[in-house]
Amino acid sequence: MDKKVRIYFCTGCGIGDALDVPELEKVARKESKGGDTRTHALLCGPEARAMIDRDIREEGVNTVVIAACSMRTRQDVFAFPPSIIVDRVNLREHVVWVSKPNDEDTQKLAEDYVRMGCVRVLKSEPIAPRTVDVAPVVLVIGGGATGLAAATEASAAGMRVVLVEKSSSLGGWVARFGRKFPTREPYTALVDNDISARVAAVMSDDRIHVYLDAQIASISGQPGEFDAVIESHGQRTTERVGSIIVATGWRPYDATRLGRLGYGVSKDVVTNVELEQMLAATGKVARPSDGAVPRTILFVQCAGSRDEEHLPYCSSVCCRTTLKQALAIRSAHPDTQVQVIYKDMRTPAQYELFYKHAQNDPGVALAKGEVRSVRADDDGMLSVAIEDSLLGSSVELAADMVVLATGMTPASTDPTLRLTYRRGPELPLGKYDFPDSDFICFPYETQRTGIYAAGCVREPMDTDACAEDAAGAVLKAVQCLSATSRGAAVHPRAGDLSVPEFFLQRCTQCKRCTEECPFGTLDEDEKGTPKPNPNRCRRCGICMGACPERIISFANYSVDMVGSMLKSIEVPEEFEEKPRFVAFICENDIYPAIDLAAAARKQISPWVRFIPLRCLGSTNLQWINDSLIKGIDGVMLIGCKSGQDYQCHFIKGSELCGVRMSKIQETLTRLALEPERIAVKEFSMGDWAELPAWIDAFVEKVNELGPNPNKGF
Amino acid sequence: MALQPSPSFVQGTLLVVGGGISGMTVAIEAAEAGLDAHIVESSPSLGGRVAQLHKYFPKLCPPVCGLEINLRRLRANPRVHVHTLTTLQSLSGSPGDFEAVLQHAPRFVNDRCTACKACVDVCPVDRENDFDFGMSRAKAIYLPHPLAHPPRYAIDPAVCKRDDCAKCVKVCPVDAIDLAMKPTTTHLHVGAVVIATGWKPYDASHLANLGFGVHKNVVTNMMFERMASPSGPTGGLIRRPSDNKPPRSVVFVQCAGSRDENHLPYCSGVCCMASLKQTTYVRDQLPDASVRMFYIDIRSPGRLEDFFRRAQGQQGVTFERGKVARVTAADDDTVRLTVEDTLSGVVRDVDADLVVLATGMVPSVRPEQLPLKPRHDEVGFGVNDPEGTGIIFAGCAKRPLDVSSSVQDATGAALRAIQSNTRRASHG
Repeated sequence: MDKKVRIYFCTGCGIGDALDVPELEKVARKESKGGDTRTHALLCGPEARAMIDRDIREEGVNTVVIAACSMRTRQDVFAFPPSIIVDRVNLREHVVWVSKPNDEDTQKLAEDYVRMGCVRVLKSEPIAPRTVDVAPVVLVIGGGATGLAAATEASAAGMRVVLVEKSSSLGGWVARFGRKFPTREPYTALVDNDISARVAAVMSDDRIHVYLDAQIASISGQPGEFDAVIESHGQRTTERVGSIIVATGWRPYDATRLGRLGYGVSKDVVTNVELEQMLAATGKVARPSDGAVPRTILFVQCAGSRDEEHLPYCSSVCCRTTLKQALAIRSAHPDTQVQVIYKDMRTPAQYELFYKHAQNDPGVALAKGEVRSVRADDDGMLSVAIEDSLLGSSVELAADMVVLATGMTPASTDPTLRLTYRRGPELPLGKYDFPDSDFICFPYETQRTGIYAAGCVREPMDTDACAEDAAGAVLKAVQCLSATSRGAAVHPRAGDLSVPEFFLQRCTQCKRCTEECPFGTLDEDEKGTPKPNPNRCRRCGICMGACPERIISFANYSVDMVGSMLKSIEVPEEFEEKPRFVAFICENDIYPAIDLAAAARKQISPWVRFIPLRCLGSTNLQWINDSLIKGIDGVMLIGCKSGQDYQCHFIKGSELCGVRMSKIQETLTRLALEPERIAVKEFSMGDWAELPAWIDAFVEKVNELGPNPNKGF
Repeated sequence: MALQPSPSFVQGTLLVVGGGISGMTVAIEAAEAGLDAHIVESSPSLGGRVAQLHKYFPKLCPPVCGLEINLRRLRANPRVHVHTLTTLQSLSGSPGDFEAVLQHAPRFVNDRCTACKACVDVCPVDRENDFDFGMSRAKAIYLPHPLAHPPRYAIDPAVCKRDDCAKCVKVCPVDAIDLAMKPTTTHLHVGAVVIATGWKPYDASHLANLGFGVHKNVVTNMMFERMASPSGPTGGLIRRPSDNKPPRSVVFVQCAGSRDENHLPYCSGVCCMASLKQTTYVRDQLPDASVRMFYIDIRSPGRLEDFFRRAQGQQGVTFERGKVARVTAADDDTVRLTVEDTLSGVVRDVDADLVVLATGMVPSVRPEQLPLKPRHDEVGFGVNDPEGTGIIFAGCAKRPLDVSSSVQDATGAALRAIQSNTRRASHG
């Protein structure tokens, strides 16, 4: 595109007082290769915005550099249509708020940022609009409580639904269960199981197509354009679907591993699931060994849960299930006494009211303790050994029947999606086999765009919570289709229209891009050449950082662009004793951290130039090379925390950057440089107050090594 | 010339009352799906309770990280419209067809504000900072918190001297301050209404038996959270308020006013996890301080159990089942707790330098105070009633929830908002 560049300088917020703006304008005119400049005392005000609009309309300006405040501020004012190329140069937070006013070093810092801003727009192209004809169809895998809810919710939101259930009927576990515990007021009464009504609603909905006795044979394609091959009764059908919800549910923990608690030893030791099915089928309880009504039933909570030898986690619902079953038993058999031995009674929120209700039943005795063992006695009774209880440090109780409150395991390890993705057929799993997500802030995010887990496969939850969870997953499924249809990215770069482009003539089939993409975006042909799937892409640029041939770029973000920005930095001669540092920073967490430090007027060495990256994982080794050859004295790479509790919004970006940097030794040896000149640092955004001191300490440490000997070459 | 939203196959409008993490999530998720979403927030900034938190459990990661991503999504999305200092004055209609009247209180600072801070330096008013629960001071003109959105100052009309002072007006370089600003109203026609008004801490002044208001060194969990935050009253240092010295012993009292018929009969679901998290603040900062937690049941559901295990693995941190019956002053700097061991029945006294009361959550706005009086349960939380008002509750307005569960719930509420709009479409 023929660019008509204009650089707009704001002189407000102290910028005009601390910097020689006319001098910056000269730099801007030179670096932008003939672009013009304007200044305004309040560039974010309506008058200035009108000026910019006039320039665009009347003078054909199509490339705009806003040299003012952080790109995080006034995004509403500085929003332009995609046909206009825009860049923000942060003179406020990253220059005048963190450096000495009217100082040569501060001025040089601002000049370098202006140069880099000009390079960025000159190296950018407008993003070609892209639309996708998405299938407004949600594929739901699993026909239990979650899957039924997902289907109904998606239909009510205007989608069509393909529901695939592996068994011959819908309803899942809940179809085999009895009355439910209350999840809304009144918390004092059990609730009728409405699963058959839910099944009927799905079966009668002409927007929902149900496949029974069915499984997925394969899924290929990408969001908006998935082709799901469904196998049912020996027949294969291909359905074009837009997004996918995995609602494959749970399995009871394998009680045969709980011999210590009498399971498999005595017939009269049953699991909560077995008891539930008994209650649902007959409304009564019969002791398995003789069919008699038990006089005493003892529930063992956390049977194989919160136990590192079994399930280390808590299944969240077993406490309430036990209370419900206790009340159901008491209602069917008023003479039967129920005892519950628990570690901690977990009835959070309003469910506490249900707990109180159960406590009011004189036939239900609840006691804290740990059950060590359950033994069958000669008289046909069960003997339960308990420790740490209210009743004493160690007691034995006799019961006619014992119920083990076993937990839930996710059905995530079964072949489900059978994706034809190069990176594997299923959702990547995290701890305890739950599909990985950033489970605090963005619980629905998975590592496969357009595919969302819901219900007990995501985490243990009750039936009504499953239905609520399904609604959230459906929202994400609908949202993904909406974004994909207009060529836009989903979370976290929601709305980003750029996509990576591959100059495949120079591809060496090294496969690093396909292997490192955390989202499984790229497939491969038989030779190993990457096959992009733009609708799967989250636009983080990790592939771009991985590519040794530098053939992957975005219209507005590329290896060449950042390389040219580095080249534009003015590095003073060695004798001037003005070292230069580059800090590649994650724009999601570290860029705002520096803004926060700036707002608190923390000072940062003016020898450091920050270069924001979409993700630290998009760092290409070439940039380190470019920096060091140019005589930059030290390079920092600052990103988010990695590991089990990772904070990277692209899952693995900072981790991958760390791995790449561990291979930089060869470059350093060639340039005869010390490894201390490069630092990879993971910083939490909350620690913003400490970031300036860390940066300054690095600067000081590298200065002790002396200047980079490559200056001036 | 400004960025216009592109067409989308999901259409409609949504009003979200409450700009905390739940309300923001509802609005952003719905807007990214294609709805036009209006957030109504009564305070001058978005962020709500999470803006006051130091870290999230169980990752011990900073709330600003997720808040920043959400604000970035929101700032970049022309479909999200933010109305701060705004309340819902009236509402009528039904799903697909609601009429809302919004009342905007004056901010006294207009859109030209660049948050340059010049006004704060000259403001002579010194007031108690409610963001830090009175543990710090603030000016009459203020930025609510570091990630405040919109990033603009606001004036507290209750303490500002207005025209008698007006120093800020003179010093503002961009004419952003307008002390004559008046309240205004806006009429909106929307297809869906979501109530995400969240929670407030249970009023600890009812807990004099647990020493609150009696001894300075008895604080609430939310006060402790501010104390641990780098942007808080002590710059992040844990100190006992009586003399600002580091405490040598800290005791966490669980269910302070919760699961208690005299206070809140329900459990707030998050206080156990919050206290477990706060034990790590003490452990990290004061390695020699003893830390004890007295509880009835530890409630760390699901995978949060891992965090309980991790907290138990800390040196010098003990968890004891016991009911704190009474808290009194041992001396000016020491608090005495009378604890009943619910296992043995033994009653004993425990002294501590700092006591943290794990107080629970109360709905910020009671449903019966809202227009149309949507349904609520016996303890005052909202209940979704599709056959009734059709008003959708999300997050802690519905039940006490942690952040992750609030986000999950709010995402589902965004779908209900789409459906609410579809109802109008399908009805003609």
